[in-house]
Amino acid sequence: MIPVLFFVILVTFILMHMAPGGPWDREGRQLSPAVINNLNIKYGLDKPLWQQFWLYLWGAVHFDFGDSLQSPGQHVSTLLLESWPYTLTLGAVTFVLLVPIGIGLGVIAALRQNSWADYGALGLATVAASTPNFVVGIILIIVFSLELNKITGGNFYLPTGGLPQPYNPFQIQLIMPVITLGALPTAYIARLTRSSTLETLRQDFVRTAWAKGLRPRLVVIRHVLKNSLIPVVTALGPTFAFLVTGSFIVETVFAIPGIGRSFVTSISSRDYTMILGTTLLYAGMIALMNLIVDVLYVFIDPRVRLNS
Amino acid sequence: MATAIGVANQVDWDVPEQTGLWQDAWIRFRRNRLAVAGLAVVIILIVIAFGARLPATPGGLWKILHITGDPFSQNVVDTYAHPSLQHPLGTDILGRDQMSRIFYGASISLAIGIIVQFLVLVIGGSIGMAAGYYGGRVDNLLMRFTDIMYAFPDLLLVLVFVAAFGPSFWSIFIAIGITSWVGLARLVRGQVLSIKEKEYVEAAIMTGSSPIKLILKHLVPNSLGPVIVTLTFGIPSAIFTEAALSFLGIGIRPPEPSWGVMIEDGYSGIFADPLQVLFPAIAVALTMLSFTFIGDGLRDALDPRMRR
Amino acid sequence: MAQTLLQVEDLHTNFFTSRGVVKAVDGVTMKIDAGETLGVVGESGCGKTITALSILRLVPEPGKIVSGRILFRGRDVTKMDDEEIRDFRGNDVAMIFQDPMTSLNPVTKVGFQIQEAMTAHSRFTPQLAKSRVVELLKRVRVPAAESRVNDFPHQFSGGMRQRAMIAMGLSNEPALLIADEPTTALDVTVQAQIIQLMKQLNRELGTAMMLITHNMALIASLCERVVVMYAGRIVEEGPVEQIFKSPQHPYTWSLLRSVPRVDESRKDRLVSIKGLPPDLTKPPPGCKFHPRCPFVVDKCKVDEPSLDEVAVNQLARCWVLMRNVRGEDIEAAKASALSLDAAAKLKAAGDVHASS
Repeated sequence: MIPVLFFVILVTFILMHMAPGGPWDREGRQLSPAVINNLNIKYGLDKPLWQQFWLYLWGAVHFDFGDSLQSPGQHVSTLLLESWPYTLTLGAVTFVLLVPIGIGLGVIAALRQNSWADYGALGLATVAASTPNFVVGIILIIVFSLELNKITGGNFYLPTGGLPQPYNPFQIQLIMPVITLGALPTAYIARLTRSSTLETLRQDFVRTAWAKGLRPRLVVIRHVLKNSLIPVVTALGPTFAFLVTGSFIVETVFAIPGIGRSFVTSISSRDYTMILGTTLLYAGMIALMNLIVDVLYVFIDPRVRLNS
Repeated sequence: MATAIGVANQVDWDVPEQTGLWQDAWIRFRRNRLAVAGLAVVIILIVIAFGARLPATPGGLWKILHITGDPFSQNVVDTYAHPSLQHPLGTDILGRDQMSRIFYGASISLAIGIIVQFLVLVIGGSIGMAAGYYGGRVDNLLMRFTDIMYAFPDLLLVLVFVAAFGPSFWSIFIAIGITSWVGLARLVRGQVLSIKEKEYVEAAIMTGSSPIKLILKHLVPNSLGPVIVTLTFGIPSAIFTEAALSFLGIGIRPPEPSWGVMIEDGYSGIFADPLQVLFPAIAVALTMLSFTFIGDGLRDALDPRMRR
Repeated sequence: MAQTLLQVEDLHTNFFTSRGVVKAVDGVTMKIDAGETLGVVGESGCGKTITALSILRLVPEPGKIVSGRILFRGRDVTKMDDEEIRDFRGNDVAMIFQDPMTSLNPVTKVGFQIQEAMTAHSRFTPQLAKSRVVELLKRVRVPAAESRVNDFPHQFSGGMRQRAMIAMGLSNEPALLIADEPTTALDVTVQAQIIQLMKQLNRELGTAMMLITHNMALIASLCERVVVMYAGRIVEEGPVEQIFKSPQHPYTWSLLRSVPRVDESRKDRLVSIKGLPPDLTKPPPGCKFHPRCPFVVDKCKVDEPSLDEVAVNQLARCWVLMRNVRGEDIEAAKASALSLDAAAKLKAAGDVHASS
């Protein structure tokens, strides 16, 4: 995990400083060179690169990510902490919903292969997986905010604006963002579960289970699913990463003041410290999640355990 | 009498029958109606894209044929017009003809989506081949590098890269290229490794002749199928990335009408006229869907396990 | 005196594929008595496995039992409802399969898999079932049974896995154990041990056994009676010793000729059956074996023979029958299946095989 994070910081840092132009560029009227110079000194940007890097690392280890270049006086960490709850709520709700729904759809499709349910689920999954999430979001807004509003004469619609409550998972504003964010990963998980389950159903040991006279539910749960869900668990790591990157777009479309949205703005304004801090945060979360999945995998698949 | 040299010289008998494979695959592909539909859509799009850029006047061929207007000329009198003969898809907030902009956008999306795969092929292919061929520490190093890249969500890296080098066609192009090669690298490495283990390669090595030519000779026909499938699936992902970036404002900049830009424009005016956001959104979704179906079809058609 | 345990009557099981209907089991009638050991032999695709799967109603898609009766102690298996058949499987009749590595759930402990075979049928309480697992493993001669119970299949060797499968099959003391190629995936030395084990268990427990294989040598070790199948039908059946001594159907004869025997002259060559198994969507007219038969006559190409009694307790489906074949034709058949120079050597040595 550590090498990944280090590599991430390194690459981001280098890219930031390789870029033409600097954080003080403005559209239109430029700041005078003297001002720029002062700003650079103030933020330590005049020091040699390796020194800046080293200072940053030192700070990072102490969880001090410097100040935002675009919002003077504000620590990066403070800003991140402010936007964190919104992103967390969005991500957690989506994750908690998409896993059972995705797996459930996949299992049903596999068990009723080539039936209406199968083709329906598969078709839905393919479309959801191929539609970019902002398209989904926009369509949802059009249908449920605009049109529904028109149809019900302003009585019932799903609001897009309004500041959502940070930690409250039960709020109506979350419905559309969650669907938008979760559509693709749910489809992906459903397809994966389906193909893995179909593959497992063909295995000999499933036939053995039937031949032993086990009840259908036991065969499915204990023999089929216990095996077919293993690759699905492995896929949860990348799924989580996907939720992270998806949040950039979803938060922008639905005006949620989370980390994703602030990341996008910090990129357009070249707020180096914010960019670095946010990138580091994301990389850390993803690396942690992958680690958890790896550990989990050892528990669920006895074949990879060291033999005593 | 069979000698090592004799065996090495006879390797032609092991190269799979080429003409049979491709014709066979085409027949199977044709049977998949979704894939064929996808292919049809893509071909139409390619024609549209070429027509929109050649001849190199605004609106290209399509304006000359009076099918559409001109993607750049604004007309503040005629904003948000409904679809009409003059403007088959209406106009946007600046009175620009939407249809020609969509056509133009097709050329951008297809260009990025398809051409970037060459970059992916070069990067991923070289890394995979080097890792597989040299093995040992070179392999280890390259694979660790690949793992780190894999653990890192693509969009994040792309965003950072684009943040560094400023939004433009080329920075997006390169950014996507350098973040999407992981799957291909692993694939190629696997193929090289499995060929390296075959007897005729060992025989060649024993007799002192360099196995490079031999490996290449066998690598290409054996891995062409999976490589093509992988690259095909990479296209919708690249198209999505460009659209997402442009939508977020950190991709292609206006007035270049990439679909992402159009979606962003339409999104800000969504309450005024939802149609303007729908057209490019559907265009993106449809294109991605078509390539995904083609990819599915190719994968099933080239799957050696399904040969009767 | 021996009571009939299982009676299969004119069973037809077809596979409805996109390329046509495959008559995998095309009118098979057989019976097994209590405690009897029956061998079912034939090459791949002859329908022996599907017959066994039909008995347990485990025929996979797109297959279906289309007609016939399968009577187990008088009850028709084909007419049982879901709950009855579930109770029947693993309890009255048990089946073990060819590859023990893939036939066991890789992520569940072996002991538990044997245990659940018992708890599925509520003949034993869960606690009793758990202790019986060790006992069963010991019975099939798995060493260190107590600790092995908690192991996973990948920690067992091939032979041990098959023993565990046998233990699983016998856990509910079924009246009949069907073994489908139980030794094919194992080493030769282990094969003999498994067959010996099955023989012992048959003696100790009185469980009837149906051994399905393409290997005649295994039949000879274990079985009292044998049924020979070809292209979905039975072409010969009878007591093992009798069939081995004087097979009447040319297919049986060829099968026996293709196995090396200790009691034969070393100068005799093995005979391989020319040609390939028939395409069951378009079977040949007349006798299904005639395109590959060394002793074919014109009638064989037109009429299909019926399964008739050719000796005491022995049935064969052939117009010609081996006992009616001239000695020189037999020699010619043997010779034509050999390579050219070996045949010449044979003629020179004037070899004659004393059988049939």
